[in-house]
Amino acid sequence: MKMLSRKATFNSHGQDSEYFLGWEEYEKNAYHEVENPSGIIQMGLAENQLSFDLLESWLAQNPDAAGFKRDGESIFRELALFQDYHGLPAFKKALVEFMSEIRGNKVSFDQNKLVLTAGATSANETLMFCLANPGEAFLLPTPYYPGFDRDLKWRTGVEIVPIQCSSSHGFQITESALEEAYQQAQKRSLKVKGVLITNPSNPLGTTTSRDELNLLVNFITAKGIHLISDEIYSGTVFDSPGFVSIMEVLMDRNYMNTEVWKRVHIVYSLSKDLGLPGFRVGAIYSNDVAVVSAATKMSSFGLVSSQTQYLLSVMLSDKKFTKNYVSENQKRLKQRHQMLISGLQNAGIDCLKSNAGLFCWVDMRHLLSSNTFEAEMELWKKILYDVRLNISPGSSCHCTEPGWFRVCFANMSEDTLNLALQRIKAFVDSSTTTNNNQSRHQSNKNQRRKSFTKWVFRLSFRDREASER
Amino acid sequence: MNHSRSRRNPTREPDFPTAKPPSPGGSSGGGAGAAMRLIVPLQGVVQGRGGLILGSVIPGALYYFFQLYLKRCRSAKPNSNPPSPSSPSAQLADLSRSSSRSNLSSRGSVGPVRVSARANSIAKPNASPYYIGLERASEDPYDRFDNPDGIMQLGLSENRLSLDLIETWILENLERSMIGGADGNLNISGIATYQPFDGMMEMKIAVAGFMSQVMGTTVSFDPSRLVLTSGATPAIETLCFCLADQGNAFLVPTPYYPGFDRDMKWRTGVELIPVHCRSSDNFALSVTALDQAFNQARKRGQRVRGILISNPSNPIGNMLNKETLYSLLDFAREKNIHIISDEIFAGSTYGSEEFVSMAEILESEDFDKDRVHIIYGLSKDLSLPGFRVGVIYSFNTSVLAAAKKLARFSSVSAPTQRILISMLSDTRFIQRYIETTRERIQKMYVAFAAGLKQLGIECTKSSAGLYCWADMSGLIRPYNEKGELELWDKLLKIGKINVTPGSACHCIEPGWFRCCFTMLAEEDIPVVIKRIQRVVET
Repeated sequence: MKMLSRKATFNSHGQDSEYFLGWEEYEKNAYHEVENPSGIIQMGLAENQLSFDLLESWLAQNPDAAGFKRDGESIFRELALFQDYHGLPAFKKALVEFMSEIRGNKVSFDQNKLVLTAGATSANETLMFCLANPGEAFLLPTPYYPGFDRDLKWRTGVEIVPIQCSSSHGFQITESALEEAYQQAQKRSLKVKGVLITNPSNPLGTTTSRDELNLLVNFITAKGIHLISDEIYSGTVFDSPGFVSIMEVLMDRNYMNTEVWKRVHIVYSLSKDLGLPGFRVGAIYSNDVAVVSAATKMSSFGLVSSQTQYLLSVMLSDKKFTKNYVSENQKRLKQRHQMLISGLQNAGIDCLKSNAGLFCWVDMRHLLSSNTFEAEMELWKKILYDVRLNISPGSSCHCTEPGWFRVCFANMSEDTLNLALQRIKAFVDSSTTTNNNQSRHQSNKNQRRKSFTKWVFRLSFRDREASER
Repeated sequence: MNHSRSRRNPTREPDFPTAKPPSPGGSSGGGAGAAMRLIVPLQGVVQGRGGLILGSVIPGALYYFFQLYLKRCRSAKPNSNPPSPSSPSAQLADLSRSSSRSNLSSRGSVGPVRVSARANSIAKPNASPYYIGLERASEDPYDRFDNPDGIMQLGLSENRLSLDLIETWILENLERSMIGGADGNLNISGIATYQPFDGMMEMKIAVAGFMSQVMGTTVSFDPSRLVLTSGATPAIETLCFCLADQGNAFLVPTPYYPGFDRDMKWRTGVELIPVHCRSSDNFALSVTALDQAFNQARKRGQRVRGILISNPSNPIGNMLNKETLYSLLDFAREKNIHIISDEIFAGSTYGSEEFVSMAEILESEDFDKDRVHIIYGLSKDLSLPGFRVGVIYSFNTSVLAAAKKLARFSSVSAPTQRILISMLSDTRFIQRYIETTRERIQKMYVAFAAGLKQLGIECTKSSAGLYCWADMSGLIRPYNEKGELELWDKLLKIGKINVTPGSACHCIEPGWFRCCFTMLAEEDIPVVIKRIQRVVET
């Protein structure tokens, strides 16, 4: 019997892409320092585990926040019953001030224009429901976060049309790329409702430049469309150039209270900047009253727990803590980032120059057997199964050029990162040796077994394993 | 209903112009004069005076020009034709009629359409008295000491009777439960990091255990069949997304919870078909009525995907007995449809009747379990609506798989899960809580129903829920929805009581009102009765 809906049965959730397959493999054979030292190291998860100690010490010093107490008085009843989709006012106030602080206080936000959602995943989907009808499209610069294919399209019926960005421009958005994407959408008879960018970018780890932002403002003005700026990584900018929010650019151009002003929306979350993805806290910020109103009502489908709202309202109101946290966290990210890029350089691998995020955009084009996505998949599988690292292949991010990978650095201990770097180095070294030994490079393990020169391979493979231990 | 047709000029009806003569200045592009020249030959044809050729050429030409005009109109605005049929979103391109109408803008060519049709339909303030009443009462809430003239909230089914028990438990057990281990060392990585979107396994085990305790331990729930969501609201929407396509329908016995209209229809595009129940049967559900509704839907070309029942019923407060549940299952099997059983009030029982969950029926019989899904949550039985915990319980592994993936859009906050794992695992406390809360609900129900009886207002016999279903039909004039809403308005404005009128619940008989009594204290009941009396006597 055909019992399920089309949405439930079709593959439109995108869960079968390689991005998620790597996760499954990792679950089956996860690295553990003691229990499974030869397991797969997870480098595909953009999670920040570097600053838990700061959060823990704050919680220890502020037991009332987690204890449902305000000024020593229990407010448990109030919180237990609080399910107002307008959100806890104290929390929204603290959150908009925190957002402002991250932007160097160059922009200020009005808490009444903020809508709380259960994570940025919910925020992005809700915005799609509010701004676009089924069959309409949003333009997204590539490479982009693989989750967007699911979050923006699945239940909403909205389409994504890529804005192709290339390494020749440092993957920056160009005017011609924008125009081309727009034309492409027209060819597909898709009405474009807007552009969605992630700033700082996932997976590039770079902040969007002022030029690009201005370009985008011009573009959406000319086309009369929306712009969504997913600024979920705004607090992870650890190097120059600093973070420039789209709101700042609009203010500089005196666009406040214009039509364009109302078509720019920001998505935020505490999952990356505060390292609290488990808390499920996301937000939509919009200058359009209709969008705020609709999104607020829609947030009924993903409200934030009142307990969590209260706890975070106290934490974020502690300005001393937030200031210290943000700067210390950035310092640690910068150090890790440095560790990763020098370790990769040591193995002859370059990264895109980046100043933000929890990952690097790594250039492994020279390790491909051919300049194709098949070769990229071969390489990715080898890295997953042989080197035992789960990294994200560029194709899952819709990158137009094969050979790029996103590698995360903030979700593991320093020792684990070092081990990962050692494994990569060993892999690269033996790859070059192997390349010298045979004319054709069979990368897939199963294919290798069947290959004519497999005995040569087995030799080099055994060497590799020995050095990894 | 195809998309492009609905986007035509709203002032014209989308039928062929040859059916009637065109209005002057119409689509042929000419002025009144040209129109007359066209009408006259047609008239000639009709009267048998004109030529056959003219009579056929001119209408043909008219039709041709009309199509040209429409084509030009359509190309002036970029059209959102559905993409290639191979992609799933092609099926979704059909907007439901109501949403596409709101998409038509008379100023369409002047500026871009700013928000989606879905957003437009909801951005206006909700006209239902259910929501209006809730808002008014929250603006001026009654407080025995601080605001004795405020509006008493009897329109929100919230249980405040036993929060003290939970509060005590929390204050006594918190340090141990949320973040720290027994050694006092804090370890935030257990709640800060990404958790499975459909809930931590420990939480599922704890919730499954709670459901079993609450429903009388005659049935056990399997944690692996649970998907947790941030409240029952997303639970039901998620289930709809899994079970039905846009335009499909669910049969829902009336009266039903007003929130279903939003939760089940809004973003999913699913329809709800009311199946009316009457006071003469004590609002019992009849399979005959379901059958009738199903057949009528089929005649209309509407595909019914399932039945949605709330058991215990909201707003009536009665429970379905085993025979009814069995006949529902038979009906569902015969029509090959699903059953969604919203059992969110399962623990809020106060009568002598025992609650029977769908899960219990399925455990004992060898029924086709794949079509049964249960909705639950902690907002009513555990009085924690703020914590946002809802449950989808299903025997269908495909539904569970899909719901798990969808849970990412509405996950339960990790620190909240932690605290609840502790609390729900304290089964002795939970047992005491369940028993105490039942006693307190019963006490309030008896006092409240008695108070209403004094005014000559009878309530349907009920044994569960946080409300009474009161018959005020004798007090409304005229005996229709208008009369009912007038009474509702008077109760709100003069009596300063917010109750939910039956029309908001799609009740087919006017004069019924849902009155929630678990937000009050016992001392407040005489105040309520007096206020109602004041209104009744005017």
